[in-house]
Amino acid sequence: MAKITFDGIEVEVPDGTTILNAARKIGGSVVPPAMCYYTPLKGSGGKCRACLVRVAAGSAKDPRPMPKLVASCITPVQDGMVVENTTSQQVLDVRKGIVEMLLINHPLDCPVCDQAGECDLQNFAFEHGVSTTRYEEERRTFEKIDIGPYIQLHMTRCILCYRCVYTADQLTEGRVHGVLGRGDAAEIGTYIENSIDKDFSGNVIDVCPVGALTDKTFRFKSRVWFTKPVNAHRECTHEKCTGHVTLWYKGKDVLRVTARKDEYGEVKEWICNECRFEKKETSDWVIEGPAHIDRSSVISANHYELPVINPQVIADLPESTVRELEQNPPLKLGGPNGTSF
Amino acid sequence: MGRKLLTEHVNVEGIETFAVYRKHGGYRAVEKALKMTPDEVVEEVKKSGLRGRGGAGFPTGMKWSFLAKPEGVPRYLVCNADESEPGTFKDRYLMSKLPHLLIEGMIAGSYALGARTSYIYIRGELLYVLRILEKAIAEAYAAGFLGENILGSGYSLDLHVHPGGGAYICGEETALLESLEGKRGNPRNKPPFPAVQGLYARPTVVNNVESIAAVVPILNLGGDEYAKIGVGRSTGTKLFSACGHLNKPGIYELELGVPVEEFIYSDEYCGGIWKGRELKAVVAGGSSVPILPKELILKTAAGENRLMTYESLSDGGFVTGTMLGSGGFIAMDETTCIVKNTWNFSRFYHHESCGQCSPCREGTGWLEKVLHRLEHGHGSMHDIDLIVSVAKQIEGNTICPLGEAAAWPVAAAVRHFRDEFEWHVTHPKEATQPGAVYRGNLVMA
Repeated sequence: MAKITFDGIEVEVPDGTTILNAARKIGGSVVPPAMCYYTPLKGSGGKCRACLVRVAAGSAKDPRPMPKLVASCITPVQDGMVVENTTSQQVLDVRKGIVEMLLINHPLDCPVCDQAGECDLQNFAFEHGVSTTRYEEERRTFEKIDIGPYIQLHMTRCILCYRCVYTADQLTEGRVHGVLGRGDAAEIGTYIENSIDKDFSGNVIDVCPVGALTDKTFRFKSRVWFTKPVNAHRECTHEKCTGHVTLWYKGKDVLRVTARKDEYGEVKEWICNECRFEKKETSDWVIEGPAHIDRSSVISANHYELPVINPQVIADLPESTVRELEQNPPLKLGGPNGTSF
Repeated sequence: MGRKLLTEHVNVEGIETFAVYRKHGGYRAVEKALKMTPDEVVEEVKKSGLRGRGGAGFPTGMKWSFLAKPEGVPRYLVCNADESEPGTFKDRYLMSKLPHLLIEGMIAGSYALGARTSYIYIRGELLYVLRILEKAIAEAYAAGFLGENILGSGYSLDLHVHPGGGAYICGEETALLESLEGKRGNPRNKPPFPAVQGLYARPTVVNNVESIAAVVPILNLGGDEYAKIGVGRSTGTKLFSACGHLNKPGIYELELGVPVEEFIYSDEYCGGIWKGRELKAVVAGGSSVPILPKELILKTAAGENRLMTYESLSDGGFVTGTMLGSGGFIAMDETTCIVKNTWNFSRFYHHESCGQCSPCREGTGWLEKVLHRLEHGHGSMHDIDLIVSVAKQIEGNTICPLGEAAAWPVAAAVRHFRDEFEWHVTHPKEATQPGAVYRGNLVMA
């Protein structure tokens, strides 16, 4: 076991654990963002540089700081390591830079993007970015690319995290897509206009952190926050598929089927293309109940009681208290009469 | 005239053939090495103080001693011959003129590391060098210096030459290994380092051509004797590829420690600046190292003579110093436009970024575009700060050192020649005239 200090919080983890996973053990807002790392995918991580942290002390044996920031998703912990994440201004500055870089060629077309509300880059930019960019040059754009019946590739939105390449490599038989070109001309592509229709290939949609790979059977059907996630399962005959999924309902219709994800947006169990694309009837499934919605998810927005302050009560309060309440509204204030204070 | 250890016989007719090379003392180092234990060979290299000649300057002997040696697992020695940094062209010279020197170094090095198979990863464009090497390797096999039971010592080695696809990034050691394995040449995350998991996930040492070639004189002279050459921790001789506005550009083998001024101006070496012009700036170690203006390249900030050594060139850090790097010495005279030159370097790094990690993929292109604007008279004062800021966003945050290679020249150019960048903003018409260059308040056309 190794004991490390992460943002001043001590945590003990098994040897070989990465800094990121040690931070995930603590949980909450101290966990570094990760755009390319994906726990179930071997070899992923280290590319987007979103999770860079400062190692202020390498280990108990060698307490020297590491000379450069390190990618927390691929760096194993050492006993006695001291890591600075949100407590380091340098780290926060670098993250701002990474957001700016990632948004150079990623269009802010969230209003028409099917990933809006579930987009890792949206969250990353909201938490670590700035509202403006200094980039004035022309952005890169792509012609529409047809990669088959199930998946839509929006190459303009791709941030080259390589997750889909690892997914295809590790889950499907006979890989047909990868990264072509290099530098900022690199792109996800198929070998000579191929289509991505291998079994299990639908999982690339779930792992894509942005809206570069979306579900053709769901596109433009609904915004994600208008749908209701419900856990369900079925007896899937595919040897690798467990049949455990989340159904996304709008009214009585199943609009979309996805694999179940954990709190870091990572798939717990992969599902086959049949479950994902072809089973869109409630009768196909055994319903388990509503899926857990994370507090930070866009779906949970507006689903809690808003801080409603009774105008009559406000009039009676001292001005300084009103100002403070306006700046820091309490989350639970009771009903619309606002009688709790 | 300084002592030459690598290129002593370079002008001998037919030295690229086994017979002539052998006649001039070739393969003595292999004979000597095979009579020693592998650890003794590593010890000699350690004693010599040889530092990697590819650019990073890491002690070669120490790198060799880091190699993991698990039982029953193959190990590899890989020669990095993917030389392609602008301004650096010494390895291809060494390989084309003295192929047997590299092969001899490879045999001795492989023996020291316990490698039974070794590779020379050569830049794809250097097909003519590949053919020279293949011919020389065939001769070495025929003479019994390669293959089974070399010279009856019981040691066997197979040596292969592998041409790359012509990507600068494949000169980065882990990208090279990926490429050698037949994959896309993307750098790997470190750790694990190649010494633990390198080629085919086996312990591997990757060395530059010149570093491996230097093993030959080290074994011939003995590590202690080799360490006496040079100054301080910069021991031995080093090849410098001098280019740019010099009277005698070319490849020079120097005992480390020659003053920079002597190297530029003496007739023995570069013979001064072309057409009697003034020196303006020098990039001392290949295009990725920071550029230095004349006053800082000849003397350190403390006023001492700058020497052609690892320590002296980096004296003052990046504020007033630079790096010895790969020895690509680019001299620029007073007619050089630093903004255009920086833009040109940026074009190269933009083109060669592998695109794997975000800061390098997006940042190198951004730098190039802003520099293009500045050079073409469309820039603003804000752009000058912008390129410094973007360079800082790239530096240190990437998987491999290509990020730094792209950021350092830009940051250094602005640090030392900010006036010239500002002049491009304030005088766009003059700055964009063909041949126009800033020289104080004067415009030279």
